[in-house]
Amino acid sequence: MSVLTLEGVWKSYHDHPVLRGIDLEVAPHEVVCLIGASGSGKSTLLRTVNLLETVDDGVITLDGQEITDPGVDVDGVRKRMGIVFQAFNLFPHMSVLDNITLAPRQVHRVARKQAEEQARELLARFGLAEKAGAYPDQLSGGQQQRVAIIRALATQPRLMLLDEVTSALDPELVTEVLGIIRELKGAGMTMVLTTHEMSFCRDIADTVCFLDGGVLLERGKPEQIFTDPQHPRTRDFLRSVIESGRF
Amino acid sequence: MATTTTWVKSDRQLERERVRARRARRSASTATVSTVVFLVLVVWVVTNAPGWDRVQDTFFNPEQFITALPDVLDGFLVNVKIFLIAEPLILVVGLLVALARGLTAPVFFPLRCLAIAYTDVFRGVPTILLVYLVGFGLPALRLQGIPSDEATLGVIALTLSYGAYVAEVFRSGIESVHPSQVAAARSLGLTQGKTMRFVVLPQAVRRVIPPLLNDFVSLQKDTALVATIGAIEALRQAQIHASSTFNYTPYLVAALLFILLTIPMARFTDYLAARSQRRRGR
Repeated sequence: MSVLTLEGVWKSYHDHPVLRGIDLEVAPHEVVCLIGASGSGKSTLLRTVNLLETVDDGVITLDGQEITDPGVDVDGVRKRMGIVFQAFNLFPHMSVLDNITLAPRQVHRVARKQAEEQARELLARFGLAEKAGAYPDQLSGGQQQRVAIIRALATQPRLMLLDEVTSALDPELVTEVLGIIRELKGAGMTMVLTTHEMSFCRDIADTVCFLDGGVLLERGKPEQIFTDPQHPRTRDFLRSVIESGRF
Repeated sequence: MATTTTWVKSDRQLERERVRARRARRSASTATVSTVVFLVLVVWVVTNAPGWDRVQDTFFNPEQFITALPDVLDGFLVNVKIFLIAEPLILVVGLLVALARGLTAPVFFPLRCLAIAYTDVFRGVPTILLVYLVGFGLPALRLQGIPSDEATLGVIALTLSYGAYVAEVFRSGIESVHPSQVAAARSLGLTQGKTMRFVVLPQAVRRVIPPLLNDFVSLQKDTALVATIGAIEALRQAQIHASSTFNYTPYLVAALLFILLTIPMARFTDYLAARSQRRRGR
């Protein structure tokens, strides 16, 4: 069964349609990469899945449960997903360790000692062991994003949503963040991510979806989308990306 | 090359430093001279005013100062007591009202309305009027359990008035926390209440400490308003002395005591503000 499905999802802001009938299925352990120009609706799609936005129409299910039902336990749904945003992720008044253990302790009722043990394990796994006591403003942008990803992982989510996690970073810091995502894929995590890093997308995605003006225009294996795009809009988009030197 | 790793100041740099030092000396001496000139001018104008002799006698009389000091100081302890009790109460009231204003659940709608009405009304009423209303109105109700002690009534009035201000300070702090912090907390599965408690409030409180202390400096002075309902505090003691001798020096005593109390608080506020500025800059 699919981990996540979207059927005919519509969303507008002030009469401006951002998502226009999106259909999407994400299988267990699948990595789905959303590409498209700014304003194509990629981020909004992730935010609707995390219930940060209410949809105007359509159905979203997580593990077969409809999460767009008005009576759904929103916090219960969010417990099962992790989301990482472009920036402003970490809580600046908490140490790295407290950032990571907050949700396990307060939402999942894990004992402090156990939560900290798990957090230290994750930090060690991603090469941040010595940063446990540091505060976010003492970390580089890349380290901050890695901690944000670890924090989302600490609740053992069923699904990870990553929204442009590298776009606010200097180029030399992008690699370390992409490394952690690659490792997650290796561990079998189901992920939906949006990115401007086309070579990374080609490398990591099982499925690439091209969004344009709120419509999912084309989807396929990365080799197919990047070498033989079917839709003229996809071709235009990829050409402009190549011309701007980002591929 | 070894010469690139050890740094010997160049002649150009030494010359620059000489120029900077000379400029610093010049601005220091300019500041000193202008301050001295200013003070001399002020003293000269005041002491040469036609009524200076009388003013000196009625406001700056050393004997009156010494006779009034023990009583005014005694009264001043009442002021200190009033604000020491009022301050924590105000913090609690302010925080609760600010939180009540943020409650979005429909059950709490009346509570939210009440909080809005409270801040609107009590920020609008002049503090001195509120002191009168509480000081004379409350006991007149003759309800059981209503205190009749003026200082306690003063604490109630000041808490009601300042609670409304402090609630707004807290609210602005809560609203200054970036919405993405709330989104990050909620997406981790934290409930609205826990998001407020663990993520929003700690950041908000840190930001509003300087404005809160500023309100408290103002509160320390406003404890004198309690004199109007008959509490024997510093201002009232000074009044008693002044009315028996027709000399106003006791007021100067009271003023000095208030200044001695508020100046450390003001410096502490500055220190905290400067510290948070440095932190942001890091």
